[in-house]
Order: sequence, then structure tokens, then C-alpha cells
Amino acid sequence: MNFPILSSLILLPTIGALFIFFVRSSNSQYQSSKYVALFITLANFFLSLYLWIVFDKSIVDFQFVEEREWISGFVNYKVGVDGISILFILLTTFITPICVITVNATIKNRLKDFLIAILILETFMIGVFCSLDLVVFYLFFEAGLIPMFLIIGIWGGERRVYSAFKFFLYTLLGSVLMLVAIISIYWISGTTDVIKLYELGIDAKYQNLLWLAFFSSFAVKTPMWPVHTWLPDAHVEAPTAGSVLLAAILLKMAGYGFIRFSLGLFPDASLYFVPLVYTLSLIAIIYTSLVALMQEDMKKLIAYSSVAHMGFVTLGIFTMTQQGIEGSIFQMISHGLVSAALFLCVGVVYDRLHTRLINRYGGLVSIMPRYAIVFMVFTLGALGLPGTSGFIGELLVLMGAFKKNILVATIASLGVILGAAYMLWLYKRIIFGKLINEDVKKMVDLKRFEIVTLWLLVLPIIFFGFYPEPLINSIEVSVANIIDVNDLDKINKLALGE
Amino acid sequence: MENLQLIIPELFISIMIMFLLIFGVFKKNSSQLVYNLTTVSLVAALALIINLDTQIQSSLFNNSYNIDSLARFMKILLILSGIFVMLSSSKYIQISKISKIEYPILILCSILGMMVMISSNDLIVFYMGLELQSLALYVLASFNRDNLLSTESGLKYFVLSALSSGLLLYGCSLIYGFSETTNFNQIMINTKEIEYGLTFGIVFILVGLAFKISAVPFHMWAPDVYQGSPTSVTVFFALLPKIAALTVFIRFLYIPFYELGDQWQMIIIFLSIASMVFGAVAAIGQKNLKRLIAYSSISHMGYALAGLSTGTMQGVQSSITYITIYLVMNLAFFSCLFMLKRNDEYYENIDDLSGLSKNHPLLSLSLLVVLFSLAGIPPLAGFFAKFYIFVAVINEKMYFLAIVGLLATVIAAFYYLRIIKIIYFDPEKEKFESKHNLGLKFTLVTSTFFILAYFIYPSGIVDIISEININ
Repeated sequence: MNFPILSSLILLPTIGALFIFFVRSSNSQYQSSKYVALFITLANFFLSLYLWIVFDKSIVDFQFVEEREWISGFVNYKVGVDGISILFILLTTFITPICVITVNATIKNRLKDFLIAILILETFMIGVFCSLDLVVFYLFFEAGLIPMFLIIGIWGGERRVYSAFKFFLYTLLGSVLMLVAIISIYWISGTTDVIKLYELGIDAKYQNLLWLAFFSSFAVKTPMWPVHTWLPDAHVEAPTAGSVLLAAILLKMAGYGFIRFSLGLFPDASLYFVPLVYTLSLIAIIYTSLVALMQEDMKKLIAYSSVAHMGFVTLGIFTMTQQGIEGSIFQMISHGLVSAALFLCVGVVYDRLHTRLINRYGGLVSIMPRYAIVFMVFTLGALGLPGTSGFIGELLVLMGAFKKNILVATIASLGVILGAAYMLWLYKRIIFGKLINEDVKKMVDLKRFEIVTLWLLVLPIIFFGFYPEPLINSIEVSVANIIDVNDLDKINKLALGE
Repeated sequence: MENLQLIIPELFISIMIMFLLIFGVFKKNSSQLVYNLTTVSLVAALALIINLDTQIQSSLFNNSYNIDSLARFMKILLILSGIFVMLSSSKYIQISKISKIEYPILILCSILGMMVMISSNDLIVFYMGLELQSLALYVLASFNRDNLLSTESGLKYFVLSALSSGLLLYGCSLIYGFSETTNFNQIMINTKEIEYGLTFGIVFILVGLAFKISAVPFHMWAPDVYQGSPTSVTVFFALLPKIAALTVFIRFLYIPFYELGDQWQMIIIFLSIASMVFGAVAAIGQKNLKRLIAYSSISHMGYALAGLSTGTMQGVQSSITYITIYLVMNLAFFSCLFMLKRNDEYYENIDDLSGLSKNHPLLSLSLLVVLFSLAGIPPLAGFFAKFYIFVAVINEKMYFLAIVGLLATVIAAFYYLRIIKIIYFDPEKEKFESKHNLGLKFTLVTSTFFILAYFIYPSGIVDIISEININ
């Protein structure tokens, strides 16, 4: 491969950010910097789409691998994609332009800085998904904290300072142990190159501790119960675009990390800790669903629903079955689209009424019919109705879980019902009911750019709901490989006593 | 006479000190000229050092003065920092009315003392260098003599430093008593067996050195002196003595007492952990930026010591890398501090930064970069500094030290974030002046760029440092 397509994907947003930074600011140029950002992010989207098309889905190996010496004799800058990471890159490049479009309504001050922050964040997010070296991965993983901290802190709501600090310190605290683990891996195996580590394997006696160190980082980021408390705060206070990026992509970094590193590098330890992950995932699914039922703030409700959905993801990954892992990936992509859409929907009504309290709304269907339709699609997507992408993910995860442990699967299925309960109730309270509030009556229906962004999200949700093949096709070989390479099947069978 | 070629930089600086002193006394109102000449002579000294043959590894004057790769690198670092300190603080000393001819000359004296310290291979030479730099620093700390805080800090520094010098000297005499020599290499040969007196000697010297780099529990002077001294002296305190003291630390631990590693390793680990944790916790409540940076540098010295505590060459190199990046970060931070000027008055409280980002976007951006880097967040240079340290520490299986150190970074991140919060999230205040002299701007831009772009080519510095070898 001659053209460094992945590095271009990573660098392009930064170049855009630099461009916006160096262009002198005056009020009239605010708009143009927005177009620059939109152009850059769209270019990045098409580039990644091209990557997906030329990507050979039948090959197990990492493709488009680039390697350059970086810290001499120690760490190489190495990037590459397989069927799993390419989907996350696509998700990132798809969601970012949508965020750029939404800044129009939501960001009132310092638009330029906001666009720069988003573009820099995109660089880091793409970097996370294609790095093939633990140190490079850590670098991108942690670096994302800086722009997100600023996005929440500068453009956030009333309690933004508290939320930004909580977000930053929680994640940092989780991650430092991962750094210790990464350096330890270097001294144990002599490399931090993921591909080489897959081949070498890591001695079983170290795996448990290393696994826990990685887990501490990913669990905070996922977020799993009981370290999920930063998420509702961060979501509530972040501006719409920030919430969207947080829910759609930043949370997925951890799920991706679980698959790529926890399963890939420490198969024995993963198996050992399966009961722990099952327990935490089930608590997340049931407990946070119940909490979500009681929320009065829309964003908080969706934030808690994210925790529950991510519970399905972790559950699916640690079933260590083809269906479970595929389901988790599918669920992550689907949740990326649906939660992004839901936060956008909240943003739409928040911009009009400046409140997120559910009981201030009601009866929107009669004044905002277009809004009611798209919101319905996303609600159904979130609760996993057949025909939406949410269904496929949950179904596959539950299939994987049933294969392993019927009790766990049954409890998880309860979560689906609870999910339907809180989502439908939310929908009912906002869209239906009597139109009492005077302010609500004055609300206008969706503007043009809102229609564009929301329908852009409706399409893939329904399309992949009916025709999941392109996604499944892309991840199938890679997932099978992860299970294969690490003999997860064999270990599974041993564990079952077959 | 051949040997003298190798100490030309030192000789040059000594001659310049004498010349400038005479020149300044006889020529009226020449303080600014002397200041500029000092900067020029530092540049010349830098050129002289770089010009020395890199291959030469030699010991002069009866093996008491070392010219090797470590000395060379540290001297370059020292003089470079000196030049940047001079460049960035020239305006400050004019406005603070401390622009006297003695000021730059004292700085030169102190630098000369540090150069002697860096090269010393003998307890007495080392002590001479130490005293030369300290005496100059006492005066510098109280240079703003009409200011109560400044005189207090000078006196405080003098009393405590004299005490630590006394301890250090006592340690030297103990070591001399038990090894019959003051030469580092000879000490190594003569001390094959561990004796209590020797251990006491090591401990006393370590106490003295720990005082110089303000490691906990010998840090008490640092916050007061940092806050009380004129900012131009504070930046000097924050950068240069650390380089010299760290070099002596390296030489002292790794040449005469390398074999006695288990005697001093626990001490260094304790100093390191105490400094990291205390520095991080104590900085949280601070309101004055200079005081805060004092605690922050205590914490940073803890990390540098963590590298030394490994007892490996790799650890030493990671410490040197750490101190290099630390210097750049502090230089950038103080350059920002020099820019907080309004109507000929400098501001140094954290609250004064409130809403800075609205009026001074570029300055705030530099501060943002510097503070995140000090907190050790990737991809900035500060992360790599910590990364190398932990690579060395974990290689020696010192997991406890590594984990405590990393947790301390999280605590430390809190107070750095607090400053960022005040800059970016809080309502704005009155504007500061936006005109600054070229040297200051140059310093800030160079150092910020270094911090930002370090990740592009991290091998550069590491490669240079990996060539440093003791013995």
C-alpha cells in the first residue's frame, strides 16, 4: 500500500483544525470556518467509505498497515485496520460531520474554538480505532480527554465545571493503571506491537493482573456499573454535539478495547473474569434501566439507557461466542447511531424551550409532527424493535448469552423489556398527552438542517435493521479470527467440560 | 596546559564575571548593557561548550574534575536554560526596578558554580561549586530588597541552606573519614565493606542534595522562596539549580556508591514517593501561581528521583530526559507569567487568570498546552517525560513506586485542571497588556512549540541522552 490512507484519515482533521486556527477571526468568517470544518469532516467520511469499499473482507490479517519508527528501538507508530476497527472508523467519520452541522443552533459563542476541538477530537478517535501498538493506542485514548474536557467545560450547562472535572479525573484514574500494564507487557514480551503480541501470547501467570489493569480503564470508559456515575453528569452538561460524540464514539472506544485487547491479549484471564463481567453487566442492564425509568431529565434518561445498552455490549463480548461478539459490535454501531440521534432530538427541543425536564413538554405531536416521526424511529431503535438496527444487536448478544448461560440470558432479556418501558414512557410523556404549556405551543417544527441530520441517522438505523449483512460481513472474519487465534473455542469447551 | 582547553567555557565565564564587574562599576548607568553582555557571554559559552570535542572523556586536576558526556549535556542544558531565563526576564527586572549591574553578574556566578558542580568528581570540588552557586542565589532571592517578602525569602533560604550545607559537609567528612579520600572514584575503590559511618555519610549528603532540589521532607523553603523572590529569580530557582543538583545526585550515587545501592535505594524511593504525593496534594489549596508552581516542581522532582532510584543506566537516562522536558515546561509557564502585566504591575494570583481565554486566546492556549503537559496528558511532552520514567521503574519491577507515581499524577491533574478551568470557564476580567518584548515571545513560542510537537519526533532527545554514560 503506497498511499498512507489511515494516516491521512488521522491527520486530515488536525490539518483542518490548524487551518481554522490560523485564519484570522472576525464575525463574518465564523460561517466560513464552519464550512471548512464540514468540508474536512465530509472528506474524511468519504475517504473512510472508500477505505471500506477497497477493504478486503475475506482476509483475516490487518490491512493498510503502516509502520514507522517512532521512539527509537522501543515503540513503532503502527496503524492498520481489520473488519472490526473499520466499522468504528466509519461510525466516527459519519457522526462527526453531523455534529458539525448541529453547531449552528447550539453553539452561541466561540464557534471557531469549538470546531477546532471537535476536529482534534476526531483525529484522536480515529487514531484509537486504528492503532496497532499499545503505546500509540494509549496516547490517542488519553489525548481525547483534552478536547472533551474543554467541550464540556466551555460550552456546557450550569454544572459544567463539576461534570468536566468528574469526567476527566474518573477517566484518567482508570487509565493510569492501563499505562502500568502496557509498560509491563513491554518488559514481559519485549514489544508493544499488537500483531506480534497476538502471535507471541502472554504468559498466563501475568494475565490476570494485566487484564484487571486494562479493565479498570475500559470499565470507566464503557462505563460499567459502579463507575458509571460520571456519564450522566457529563451528558447532561455537555452541549448537544459533545453529548453526541461522547455517546456515539467515546464510549465505543472501551468496547473496542475489550475486544481488541482484553480478549485478544489475555484470553485466559478473560475467561477467568467472565463471572465478574456478567455480574457487572447484568447489574448495569437491570439497575440502570430502573434508574432510567425514574429520570425527569431527558438527557439523563438517555445517559442511563446508554449505560444499560453498554451492559449488553460487555455481556456479549464476554460470552466469547461468534454471535455474542458480533452482536456486541453491532450493538455498539447501532447504539452509536441511535444515541447520537436521541441526543440530537433532545437538542432540538432544548434549543426551543431551554429545558430538558420531561414534564415541561407534552403533546408535541400536534405541533411538531415531523419531529414526532423521527423521534419515534429512534425510540423504537433504542428499545430494539425488529426492523431497526437495535434489534439485531440485542438479538445476537442474547443468542450468544443463551448459548453460555441461560440464567444470565434470561435476566438480560428482562432488560430489553425495561428498555422498552422507559423509552416508550419517555416518548409518551413528551410527544403525546395534552398540550398544556403555553411555551410549548409556540415551538416550531424541525428546521431544514435538523431534518437533514436526523434523517441521515434514520436511514442507516432502518437499513441495517432490515439488512445487517454489510456490517456482519465485514466483522465476521475478524471476529472468527479473534476466537480462533486465541483458541477461545477450545478454552470454552474445556470450561464446559466437554 | 593542554587540560585548560577543556575548561575554556568555565574560564571564559569567570573572566566575563570579572570584566563585567569592573565594566559595570566604572561605566555609569550601564545595568542594561551589562545585562545584555551577560546574555551574549552565555551564548558564547554555549558555543564554546558545543565546540569542545565530543569524544574526549577526561578527568582533570588530579582526577577531580570530569569532562564527559554527562557533564557536556548538562552544561549545554544549563546554559541554554540560562539564556532563555535572561531573555524572558529582561523586561521584568526593568519594571520591577531591580535592574542593577549586580543582578546579571550574580546570575553568571551562580551558573559558574553550577558548572563546577556538574563536572565535579571530588567532594571538595563539588562543595566549592555548591557554595558558589548558593551564595549567589541567597543574594538573588532577596534582590528586591525593599520588598518584605523578598528579603524574607532570601533570609529563609540562607538559613535553611546553610543548615543543609552544614549537614552535607558533615557527611563529606564522614565519608572522608571512612574512605580516606575525597575523590569519587577512589571512594568506590576504598569502600568495599559497608560501615555505619559511611551510611551516615551518604544519608547526610543525600539530605543536603535533597534540600537543593527541594524534595520532601526538605522542601519547606521552596514555596516561600518561590513566592517571595522576584519572578525573574523564581524562574531561575525553578530551573537551573535543579539541573546541577540532579547531576551531582547522579554522579554521587552512581560513581562512588553504586555498589552500595541497597543502602541508598530505599532513601531515594522514600524521597521520591513523598515528593510526588506531597507536592500533588499540597498544591491543591494554593492561590498564588508561583507558590503553586513551587509545589508542582516538588512533585516533579519526585518523578526525576524515581528514575534515579532504579539503579540502572536506563533510569538515569529517563531522569535526564525528565529534567529536560521539565525545564522546557517551566520555562513556558514562567514566560506566560511574565505576560500577565497591566500598568507596569505583574499579576501572580490564580484568580487573575479568570477568563483569560476571551481576551488573550493565544496566551491561554499556550498555558493550556503547558498545564496539560505538566499534568502529563498525552500527546504532550510531559507525558513522554513520565512515560520514560515509568518504563525504567517498571523494568526494575518496582510496581508500587510506579502505581503511587501514576496516582499522584491524577491528583496533580486536579490542580492543573483548576487553573485551566479558571482560564477557560470563568468570566473574564480586565485585559492585560498585549505588547511584550521579543525575547519573551521567542521563549514562549519556542518552548510551547517544543511541548506540542515533541510527539512527532520523540527519538531525537532520547537518542542524544542514550549516549550519556557515566564512567
